[in-house]
Parts: sequence; C-alpha cells; structure tokens
Amino acid sequence: MTISIDSAMGIHAKALALRARRAELLASNLANADTPGFKAKDMDFRTVLQQHQDMEVRLTTTHPGHAASSTSSGSLQADVLYRIPNQPSMDGNSVDPHLEKAAFAENAVRYQTSLMLLDRKIRGLMTALRGE
Amino acid sequence: MSLTRVFDVAGSALSAESVRLNTVSSNLANAQTVSSTSAGAYRAREPVFASILANQSGGGDSVGVRVLGVVESSAVPTMEYRPDHPLADENGNVFLSNVNVMEQLADLISASRSYQTNVEVMSTSKQLLLRTLELGNR
Repeated sequence: MTISIDSAMGIHAKALALRARRAELLASNLANADTPGFKAKDMDFRTVLQQHQDMEVRLTTTHPGHAASSTSSGSLQADVLYRIPNQPSMDGNSVDPHLEKAAFAENAVRYQTSLMLLDRKIRGLMTALRGE
Repeated sequence: MSLTRVFDVAGSALSAESVRLNTVSSNLANAQTVSSTSAGAYRAREPVFASILANQSGGGDSVGVRVLGVVESSAVPTMEYRPDHPLADENGNVFLSNVNVMEQLADLISASRSYQTNVEVMSTSKQLLLRTLELGNR
C-alpha cells in the first residue's frame, strides 16, 4: 500500500489556502470601509473549491499542438466577485462593515476547522508511522 | 501566504484611520480659534482616502488604503461682531473657524470604530497564523 501525502491530506489543505485568500479579500473590504468609490469583493467558496478540485484531473499536453484543457488555464483572479450592496451609499462605497465583519469571523472559524481536521490527519499518519 | 498580506492591508488602514483621527483632533482643538481676516480663519481639514490596487502593491487580492492628501473645507467662516476682541478688524468683526463640532464628533466615532475593526482583523489573523505554525506539532 502506498500513501501519497497529497491525497492523505485530502481537501483540507486546499480549503485552508482558499480560506486564507478569502480572509485577505475580507480584510481588504474592511480596510476600505471608508474609501470613496471602493467596491466590496468576495468569492463563492463552493465554486472556487470545486474548480480547484477539477484542476486535479486535467489532460496532459504532450505536443505543442495540443490544446490546453479549459479548467487548467482558468485564472483564480476571475473568481473574485463584487458584492451586491444592500444599501447604496452617496460616495459609491459598497462595503457593509457589519456584513464583512460577520463574514470575516465565519471565515476565521472555518479556517480553524480546516486546520483542526488537517491536524488530526497528520496525527493519524504519525500514529501509523510510529506503530505504537 | 495570503494571511501575512492581511497585516499589510490592516496596517495601511490603521495608518489611514490614524491620520483621520489626527485631523479630527486638530479640527476640534481649533474649533474656537478666531482670526481678524476671513482668509486667516482656521478651516476644517479632512483626509481623502484612496485604495492601493493589488498590482501596485504587488500582492494578489489585497487592497490597502492610503491617504491621497488632506483637503481644507470650503465652508465660509462665520463672522462675529466682537468690538472688544483684540483681534477684531476695523469694523469690530472677528472670523471664527468653520469647524462643525457635531460633524467632527461623528467623524471621530466612525474613525475609531474603523480603527478597532482593523485591530480585530489583525489579531484574528495573527491567531490563525500562529495556530498554522503549530500544525502537527503536538
């Protein structure tokens, strides 16, 4: 039996990286809560994670004439979406600080959840390695 | 690592908000100052915020804040008839600053709330990063 560290970690390693990216986006929104004309941005976590998983299974190109599969070339930047504001403001800023704070807190908790699951996986592997 | 960039973003916001707090305190301190000319009267100062684009700062999705500059309010200073004032002009008028104390207090609350929010963001990110460092360490 062979164990690939990558597959042993499962989805959690990717989820962790995406959570960190989302934290960055939400922190930017909160930082720009008073900037005129700033538009709040966020990502649809489910879709982005799905895309990340789809990237795993992609066609290898062995010839320069081969076309690259569409999922592998998808840029992550495009996944960032603008938030639709509940209340329009005079200065064109679409940040709702309460909404962003709630999203940031939720994201932090989910990050810790992924971290905990990853930790358990590592501990499981360590137990298997030690054979105690 | 994206979480470390949160520090840059929140840090830029802290510095911008502290400029705002600074201007508010200058405005409140000078709310009662008088001058003998309309041009010499103290005018309320306000910072103008703008976002630092990701390609400018060189980091993925992060958008920081910077203070573009500080502008002076264009409101006309109020003239008051006080002939006994040492700074009064030949007609007995002095010019008060155009600071609106209510506006400044509201601005003060808004700025301090934003400052608090960014401090919270920083401390949460710090906790997350420290937990990540302890991954598989027990």
